[in-house]
Amino acid sequence: MRSVLIVDDEPNIVLSLQFLMKKAGFDVRTARDGEEALAEIARDAPDLVLLDVMMPKRDGFDVCQTVRANPAWQGIRIVLLTAKGRDVEREKGLALGADDYVTKPFSTRDVLARLEKLVPSRDGS
Amino acid sequence: MLSGVTIIGAAFLYLCILFAIAYYGDKRADQGRSLIANPYIYALSIAVYCTSWTFYGSAGRAVSTGVGFLPIYIGPTLTFILGWYLIRKIVRISKVNRITSIADFIASRYGKSAYLGGLVTVIAVVGVLPYISLQLKAITISFGVLVQYPAVTMPIQSSAVPLMHDTAFFVALIMAAFAILFGTRHIDASEHHEGMVAAIAFESVIKLIAFLVGGIAVTYWIYDGFGDIFARAAASPELARLFTIDTSRGAMTSWIALTVLAMGAVLVLPRQFQVLVVENVDERHVRKAIWLFPLYLLLINIFVLPIAFAGILHFPKGAVDPDTFVLTVAMAEKYQAIALIVFLGGLSAATGMIIVETIALSTMVCNDLVMPLLLRFAGARLAKRRDLTGLLLAIRRGAIVVVILLGYAYVRLIGESYALVTIGLVSFVAAMQFVPAIVGGVLWKGATRLGAIAGLTAGFAVWLYTLLFPSLARSGWMSESFIIDGLFGWAFLKPYALFGLTGLDAISHATFWTLVVNMGLYVGVSLVTGQSIIERSQANQFVDIFNTAQRGERIWRGRATIADLRGLLLRFIGEERAEAAFKRFERIHDRRLPDTQPADAEIVAYCERQLAGAIGASSARIMVASVLREEMHDIDGVMQILDEASQLVVYSRRLETKSRELEAATDELRAANERLKELDKLKDDFVSTVSHELRTPLTSIRSFSEIVQDNPDLDVEQRNEFLRIVVSESERLTRLINDILDLAKMEAGQGDWVMVELAPGVIIEQAIAATSSLFARDNVALEVDIATDLPRVFADADRMTQVVVNLLANAVKFRNAVNGRVALKAYTEKGWLRVDISDNGPGIPEQDHERIFERFQQAGDTLTSKPTGTGLGLPISRQIVRHFGGEVWVSSRPGEDTGFSFNIPPAAASPARLQPSIAGERAIAAPP
Repeated sequence: MRSVLIVDDEPNIVLSLQFLMKKAGFDVRTARDGEEALAEIARDAPDLVLLDVMMPKRDGFDVCQTVRANPAWQGIRIVLLTAKGRDVEREKGLALGADDYVTKPFSTRDVLARLEKLVPSRDGS
Repeated sequence: MLSGVTIIGAAFLYLCILFAIAYYGDKRADQGRSLIANPYIYALSIAVYCTSWTFYGSAGRAVSTGVGFLPIYIGPTLTFILGWYLIRKIVRISKVNRITSIADFIASRYGKSAYLGGLVTVIAVVGVLPYISLQLKAITISFGVLVQYPAVTMPIQSSAVPLMHDTAFFVALIMAAFAILFGTRHIDASEHHEGMVAAIAFESVIKLIAFLVGGIAVTYWIYDGFGDIFARAAASPELARLFTIDTSRGAMTSWIALTVLAMGAVLVLPRQFQVLVVENVDERHVRKAIWLFPLYLLLINIFVLPIAFAGILHFPKGAVDPDTFVLTVAMAEKYQAIALIVFLGGLSAATGMIIVETIALSTMVCNDLVMPLLLRFAGARLAKRRDLTGLLLAIRRGAIVVVILLGYAYVRLIGESYALVTIGLVSFVAAMQFVPAIVGGVLWKGATRLGAIAGLTAGFAVWLYTLLFPSLARSGWMSESFIIDGLFGWAFLKPYALFGLTGLDAISHATFWTLVVNMGLYVGVSLVTGQSIIERSQANQFVDIFNTAQRGERIWRGRATIADLRGLLLRFIGEERAEAAFKRFERIHDRRLPDTQPADAEIVAYCERQLAGAIGASSARIMVASVLREEMHDIDGVMQILDEASQLVVYSRRLETKSRELEAATDELRAANERLKELDKLKDDFVSTVSHELRTPLTSIRSFSEIVQDNPDLDVEQRNEFLRIVVSESERLTRLINDILDLAKMEAGQGDWVMVELAPGVIIEQAIAATSSLFARDNVALEVDIATDLPRVFADADRMTQVVVNLLANAVKFRNAVNGRVALKAYTEKGWLRVDISDNGPGIPEQDHERIFERFQQAGDTLTSKPTGTGLGLPISRQIVRHFGGEVWVSSRPGEDTGFSFNIPPAAASPARLQPSIAGERAIAAPP
């Protein structure tokens, strides 16, 4: 079963994503900030990380960089979520090794479609 | 026996020696081995100050006023000791400008004004006449007394004898001849008369020795020294009064007036200016003269009192004129040789004065009176004459004869009715009129030509009215009625009690009024009038003579050749001296001067200076200008050039100022630009932050809406939960938008404020009520302590409630997780309302204390993962409180508590009330 780690400091956003991902058949875990996220990843690397950029303590870019710096975690797909819709942010995120970049507010269908592509279902369903 | 022939023979012999010395002195000067180039000769020549007035008159004055003769010698001593800087300055200025006389000096200072030079000359001649007459009188009387030897009788008054039998007339003629021989043998390019100075110094030695010899004879031969003669005098009731100094008001004023007069006279009497300034060959000599000259004065006064006492003891009945005591006491004791020596001493004192004074006056008359007039009215004819030296000499010689004969006329008309001293003092007061223009001229740049003219004219007029006319009247040449009743019968115009000023002797009275009028107009008119370009440049040069280096460059657009200048110089100072002057220039500047070469500024200035030595600065200027093909009327052109030059200076100064201003403006612009860039960045950040803050609730709203839309199979409970989130996030979005708009309005100073005077207690209670549900929900305890005597404040009730609610909500959010406690305390502090709201939360690190008042900034560790506030509460609260004239601040001890405080001034002192139109978002009042 595909696993996803949702990282955001906004509880309601976490809640909505959690619902969507569960429904899409992911094993869902959540984290409220960068540190918690890295702890979760270290505990058990997920297939996918939905990572908010603007967070207290360590922000999304920081987490992304850390993950990419570890060879053991190269398989992890990272999708950045950001409320800052500027191109510079996007470039920066992709340069740091993120696989995709989603701007808030987003279309849930569109995001699900992109995630499906990024992490295809293993059982082919 | 002392026959008339012996006396006249001795006198002539003496005069011949004098002439020999002068001749030798001139010869040495021509050879370049100056006889007088030492400070001792210089100091002795200054002693020309001591005339026959000193020689005979001091004893006379001592008889009438005791030590009252002293101010005349104390004054110069004071001038030399206190005014040495001034003397040095005047000497330096005169050297640089080749000043030839006091008239030249004053004219030069006030823009080379020919008019002023003429005015000074007239005042000097008229003012000094009495003084010259005094010398003639002294020689005549002393001769008349001595020729009677061994009998001691007073000669008959000269006005009573016909002209051809009047000794004084012949004395005058001899003096004139002598002065001509001394002073006008040739016109010198340099203004120095070295031979004359040598002779004058010699005369000073003779008169000092003669007086000392006379004094010693009286004191030690006739009596037994000072002690004896003073004891005898003290024994005589008539003499005893001379020991005491008269301390009445009139006498003291007289002392002061005489001292002031003498202080000025030693500097500005034409002959004093001549020896002290014009004839000075080395500025350093002034230094030594500062003490040598006062020493001379001291020596010549030692025996004045003994001679006066001896005279009264010898001739008690007043049969003998006290002015002759120095001579008659020796005669009475049959000291033949002594008497002759004393006579020669008196003669030397008188001749010295007459020679120097007439030379000085004739130079002035020639350079500052006749030449300018000739140039003006006969310039064309003058221009045709090849050699003008003869003309110049003739003018000077004529001037000497005229001045001396006028002096004689004065003796004959008036002199008999006055004592020597009084006549001298009349001249002192006249000379005194030059002091403001000279002293002011070298110290004050603002003094103008018109000021000097006004002061001099008025001072001179008052002098005529208060001293000269009355003396004419007293001698019967005018009606005396104006003395007794005042002019036109107006009492306030009485010449001895002008405007009702009484209680002063005539001299003090005149001194006071002439100086008051003179200085008043000099300063007053100077203040209200402006200076021409040349005046300004002269004023600067005079006042700053020690500060500025000589200006080498002059702007001159002459079209003359060297030959023109050579011709000009030659005409005024003679071929030989003109050639010598040009050779000197070639040697000094190491350059050849071919006749065809155009004259440059340097040689023009040099020639003007050479010429100035001969005919004075103002005439020299006119002549040089005329030869430069500029003709007389082209002086305007020269002025224009000067004007343009000074305009250029003004422009370049303006440019400098402008470029400095531009630089400053550029700096300001750069700073403003930096600031703008910063603001721009802040704005970008703000927009980006606002966008982020808005997108966040929007994200939740869209997500849940889509979830609900896409999942019709959701169970009711979940569906309701999601919808509730949508609603709450919508509310959050609305709140956020409101807050942003609110803050933006306040920051722009446009908020809607309903400012009234209100009781803060009520507001605080309302805020507590509004937040009670918050406290209840989170089970947080609130301790309230509101003082009953809170000051009324001038505020907007809703906004103030908003502040308290914000701070209370904040406290709830950041309180301690367990046993959450919040305390509100409202009280009066130094008349201001002060509210403290604290919680027992984790506290805020020091470095965040300012940051939390910025928009969308929240302190890191919060109790919940994300506080529900908009992040604008504190910035808004701060805006509001500042609008009320107060301040919000945080005082937190991390780990212990978080305290927010704000204060608001009492209604009476509220700045918001004073300036209701200005939303006080920037009106920050410091906490008391």
